[in-house]
Amino acid sequence: MTKMKALVCRECGKEYPTKAIHVCELCFGPLEVKYDYDEIKKVISRKKIEAGPHSMWRYGDLLPVEGTSSHSIIGPHAGFTPMVRAKNLGAYLGLDELYIKNDTVNHPTLSFKDRVVSVALTRARELGFETVACASTGNLANSVAAHAAAASMQCYVFIPGDLEAAKVLGNLIYRPNVVEVDGHYDDVNRLCSEIAGEHGWAFVNINIRPYYAEGSKTLAFETVEQLGWRAPDQVVIPMASGSLLTKIKKGLQEMQALGLVDRVRTRINGAQAEGCSPIATAYKEGRDFFRPVKPKTIAKSLAIGNPADGYYALKATAETGGAMDMVSDEEIVEGIKLLAQTEGIFAETAGGVTIGVLRKLVKQGTIKKSDVTVAYITGNGLKTQEAVVDAVGRPVRIQPSLVSFEKTFKMGKNGQG
Amino acid sequence: MIKVRIPTPLRPLTKGQGEVEAKGSSIEEIITNLDQTHPGLRGRLCDEKGELRRFVNIYVNEEDIRFLKGKETALKDGDEVSIVPAIAGGR
Repeated sequence: MTKMKALVCRECGKEYPTKAIHVCELCFGPLEVKYDYDEIKKVISRKKIEAGPHSMWRYGDLLPVEGTSSHSIIGPHAGFTPMVRAKNLGAYLGLDELYIKNDTVNHPTLSFKDRVVSVALTRARELGFETVACASTGNLANSVAAHAAAASMQCYVFIPGDLEAAKVLGNLIYRPNVVEVDGHYDDVNRLCSEIAGEHGWAFVNINIRPYYAEGSKTLAFETVEQLGWRAPDQVVIPMASGSLLTKIKKGLQEMQALGLVDRVRTRINGAQAEGCSPIATAYKEGRDFFRPVKPKTIAKSLAIGNPADGYYALKATAETGGAMDMVSDEEIVEGIKLLAQTEGIFAETAGGVTIGVLRKLVKQGTIKKSDVTVAYITGNGLKTQEAVVDAVGRPVRIQPSLVSFEKTFKMGKNGQG
Repeated sequence: MIKVRIPTPLRPLTKGQGEVEAKGSSIEEIITNLDQTHPGLRGRLCDEKGELRRFVNIYVNEEDIRFLKGKETALKDGDEVSIVPAIAGGR
């Protein structure tokens, strides 16, 4: 089956072959994969998906690679992460049916980036590349480095100079070439766009971007399947480039178009940090274009001041009747703690942004009590410990004796306090 | 003279060159000059109203001109201009 017909420009519609290109030559618009949905419809079904592997590759028919057999896939275990019914957090916020899509436990590098990288590297190898690279705020670099190691590919990762220690170490351990660039992510990204033009490498989020970005759709597919083949009423999604949000919308639309879900009336809500909120600010000011900003936030994984998909994210939210909002660094830390203390899930700073904005939208009445709501938690808190280290207290220190313990906790015998 | 770095999608217009020289004291003048030496370039960078296209980013010495004065951003001899497609990235 040749399910990929072409790459097509989202702006002017010009078509290109399915190679390693990402920008329209005529208008600089982004290229997207055009599928043959008639062919896909013939082979896909709920039954086939349910019988598939316990990974995101159960939706291989809707991913932009030629072969989906287990030996051709790089990263065959990515995705299909838990959909957690968040009863405690739901009760706290006043929501009847809240779910946490928990990508803090994605395989192998504990963020949703394992989804997009699995698609990107699989496609890169199909296109004949030996060397893979990326511009990253950390999670993407970790995932590219790990998958490249497993696939025995050469690897270069470019990161800003101010990343969290765990995200730097989480690259070095796989022994790629780690390049720290003096500057923000936007500087790294611009530099990499220029490097990609000069060297024949597969830059997963540049020249492989049309394929890479499609991996995010699997979060939408899993949401629908794990809710019992129904679409939620509301979703809350963290935004950096805005790509994840637009692809979750696309994933829901594809499922409806292919008859895998009956009704999709999902409102798509976007979350950003106050210190870097070009998209949410444009939403609040009623503009359909954003002004780039210089990021200053603890949510470094969301710190993209010049978001490539900002325009489309604004459109997706408007078209579905959703909303956008932003939270302060303090609210991010509160959000991380709230999720951990109600649901036992330790999210990174981006998760704090999502929970903080979810809380705001419920308070404003934008998300209603009876709305089936899914919040996307895209990365693991162990990678951004700096953000919360001063906000969680210290252990209680005692002598190694029963007396010391009971004195400290003011307990009598038999644990009676 | 101002050095201008040309992205891959525009290189068919510069005979494959990744870097060209141009004359002008602002971004606007550079675009005008480039369009004379490499006809068609303006139409690729700007829309019908003459505004820069949504997905074109221009940098002067590594700074996004939207943080400067847009197309009116002044240039002096030795400055470096980069034209970079906006579509890239994702953490």
